[in-house]
Amino acid sequence: MLLRHTTKEIKERQALAVNPAKTCQPIGAMYAALGIHNCLPHSHGSQGCCAYHRSTLTRHYKEPVMAGSSSFTEGASVFGGQANLLQAIDTIFTVYDPDVIAVHTTCLSETIGDDIPQIAKKAEADGKIPAGKYVIHANTPSYVGTHVTGFATMTKAMVDYFAEANGHKVDQINIIPGYVEPSDMEEIKRIVTELGLRSVMFPDTSNVLNRPQTGRFDMFPKGGTTVEAIRSSGNSRATIALGRLASGPAARALDSKCKVGCEILELPIGLAATDVFVDTLRRIGGVSVPESINTERGRMLDIITDMHQYFYGKKVGLVGDPDQLISLTEFLVSIDMWPVYVVTGTKGKKFEARIKEITRDVPHEVKVAAGGDMFLFHQWIKNEPVDLMMGNTYLKYISRDEDIPLVRFGFPILDRVGHSYFPTVGYRGGMRLLEKILDALLDKKDKDAPEESFELVL
Amino acid sequence: MSSSASIIFEERKDQIVRKGQGAFDMDCNRESLAGAVSQRACVFCGSRVVLYPIADALHLVHGPIGCAAYTWDIRGALSSGPDLHRLSFSTDLQEKDIIFGGEEKLYRALSELIDRHHPKAAFVYSTCIVGIIGDDLEAVCQRVSKEKGIPVLPVQSEGFKGNKREGYGAACKAMFRLMGTGDISDISPLSINILGDFNLAGEIWIIREYFERMGIQTVANITGDGRVADLQRAHGAALNVVQCSGATMELAKMMQEGFGTPVMRVSYFGVEDMAESLYQIARFFEPKDPGIMERTTELVKTELSELYPKLQEYRRELAGKKAAIYVGGAFKAFSLVKAFRLLGMQVVLVGSQTGTEEDYRELYEITDEGTIIVDDSNPLELSSFLKEKDVDVFVGGVKERPIAYKLGVGFCDHNHERKQPLEGFVGMLNFAREIHSSVMSPVWRFVPRKKAR
Repeated sequence: MLLRHTTKEIKERQALAVNPAKTCQPIGAMYAALGIHNCLPHSHGSQGCCAYHRSTLTRHYKEPVMAGSSSFTEGASVFGGQANLLQAIDTIFTVYDPDVIAVHTTCLSETIGDDIPQIAKKAEADGKIPAGKYVIHANTPSYVGTHVTGFATMTKAMVDYFAEANGHKVDQINIIPGYVEPSDMEEIKRIVTELGLRSVMFPDTSNVLNRPQTGRFDMFPKGGTTVEAIRSSGNSRATIALGRLASGPAARALDSKCKVGCEILELPIGLAATDVFVDTLRRIGGVSVPESINTERGRMLDIITDMHQYFYGKKVGLVGDPDQLISLTEFLVSIDMWPVYVVTGTKGKKFEARIKEITRDVPHEVKVAAGGDMFLFHQWIKNEPVDLMMGNTYLKYISRDEDIPLVRFGFPILDRVGHSYFPTVGYRGGMRLLEKILDALLDKKDKDAPEESFELVL
Repeated sequence: MSSSASIIFEERKDQIVRKGQGAFDMDCNRESLAGAVSQRACVFCGSRVVLYPIADALHLVHGPIGCAAYTWDIRGALSSGPDLHRLSFSTDLQEKDIIFGGEEKLYRALSELIDRHHPKAAFVYSTCIVGIIGDDLEAVCQRVSKEKGIPVLPVQSEGFKGNKREGYGAACKAMFRLMGTGDISDISPLSINILGDFNLAGEIWIIREYFERMGIQTVANITGDGRVADLQRAHGAALNVVQCSGATMELAKMMQEGFGTPVMRVSYFGVEDMAESLYQIARFFEPKDPGIMERTTELVKTELSELYPKLQEYRRELAGKKAAIYVGGAFKAFSLVKAFRLLGMQVVLVGSQTGTEEDYRELYEITDEGTIIVDDSNPLELSSFLKEKDVDVFVGGVKERPIAYKLGVGFCDHNHERKQPLEGFVGMLNFAREIHSSVMSPVWRFVPRKKAR
């Protein structure tokens, strides 16, 4: 029993996170910045931050992850990190030659009070930023928000620094995909193209963190949104932001800066949320939904109807990030499963209210914790178990101890592959999720069935 | 080769040496160049690595959530019993704590955790931010220690205070405070502490068994499958054997000064170093127990007679293949160079994150002409060296693995993500098998770079 330490009795904790369901802002900022073409994310803090983020992203994506660090020392922490960042900017442009350096701060540099725009200005005045190259920044102190808000802030920085309206509208739609996998970003682009629409999507980590084996190590892979494309987002017809928390700030910034109207949708995970996404595209783009998309939808629906008896009344425990959990909960409720425990490490009253709203007809008590952790989640399970858990790899301890099947979903996934290649968004992604859920439930059923009721056909 | 020369920073030229091109002259132990994509980590990381395997202690990270989240059970340091160390505890500092201080929060967190989990001791890790806001860790720890009656030890591991090496030092200081307090009356005159082995994939269990066969009692396996009570009586051991010297040599030195415990550097990697380490320890105890040498010789003979024939099979196919090594500490690299030689392979690149000049000088001595020796390298350099030398297998850690794979080069994790024990005689066989399986894998045939030939 790995988690024998989990007590059944739940006492309120105020000073402590145990087995967190979140991590800190900078890694989200680094992940977002990797979705800009020819961009080197840069961690303005101690070397450890950068090393940890790179290692964690590498474990999740099984890809090299490049980022620079200001390599703070004792001196920098006393006198400020300006000299380090100036040196870093010079080093990076001289040696690695990216188009963009995307600086994010850390708890250390925030508390010292380093002013990144001022330092960048100084670098520019000193001639350390070559023509046509950029230094952008996001403030991401680790003691505020979570990895999700860090992602949102860096995504908004892309708008703040690059988006421009020149008065000439371009026939394209902006898509801000949210804190999702490269595979999801790819799928979202495919759906948009399938509808015959042109889009600019940022950030875009496809072909950065799910790139093919080429026999080469490229410091800057093929993927990522170009600065040019992000700049043109200021002239787009509209913005569709997926995920209120991760994409909302960038979409609203684009609206106020360039007067590009936005629709902030929930992530297209599951049938209903994908319907909303596709319908919004149709409406904004003034197109009709092609037969190919209808077929995909029909297939997803077919799995749901064919297998609905196995979903009915299954209790599910979910741990993950708010945007994902909202859509996932809605999806599960729509196929008659009961998401009874929903935990995220990111605080938010709106999140709790939305989950309550989605689950109000679930014939079972539903516990929600925003700002919760996996220790609490496990305590709930000890008091009343569930049939299935969905969440990141860290749920595998509970899965093993309590013998509850686990569908890996979210960040980080450290022990399986697939998430970076196969989407969970859209109808096709929905089919994959259904397959994973059914595999988990039915494998367990087969494993546990007494011999006399072990059946060939399910 | 011009391509690799062009990607080396001017400032880093002195941190790279090619054997045979001029005299050995190497600059190291420098702070990383800001902006470089360094593979190094921080002080906190160093402390966490060393203390993490003490399984019945509470490890509380005082800082924002990230520091605890990124170090949550990522090292395969196995425990034969308790597993409190595999959980993640953080004070999860928020903005208001940064403004008003986090001491009260730390106090409450510690009190609650100790009441719930009854650990034998608690380690409290300081992080960057705690160093800046100036929480008095020492005072909080003392208070809780008095109230709860267990040792509560501050670890001064603010990330910015250097690199991993300083973190090792902070961890050693914390551990040293536990020592000298336990009962040592039943400890054998033939006794040791194992320092600098993290019990990755259960390696320490293999080594302990060797010592048992030699008639030596292991008092404390300090940094692998560790227990607080063992540490408290570690001063009763007759000898400290130190493997990962970067991590624990400081502790050994403190024990030498404090308790007069002699120190011996050992390595359990590769046949030569493993055997020599056992003999060295046997020689140390020979005056007390003249029979020990015979037992040790017998042990080595038995193990080798089993190992060598199996090793030959791998050697036949691996002979002439080329290997690259990039590891955290340089001491491990010495053994790896020898281990590859035993397999008939050629080491063409060897480097570390934190080696000293002395370390690199030794590497220079034991490597072949043309071998590249590098300190604090980065992905761009490493990948260009791998290509230049047309390497067959790369030995490194988590951040190096995908670089090798992208190039279509075999890989062996000799860091904390190893899944097979690589120490001891059986470890050498596992190492050979792993190297063989990666180097000889048919998957590399599909790699475009190789196909083009």
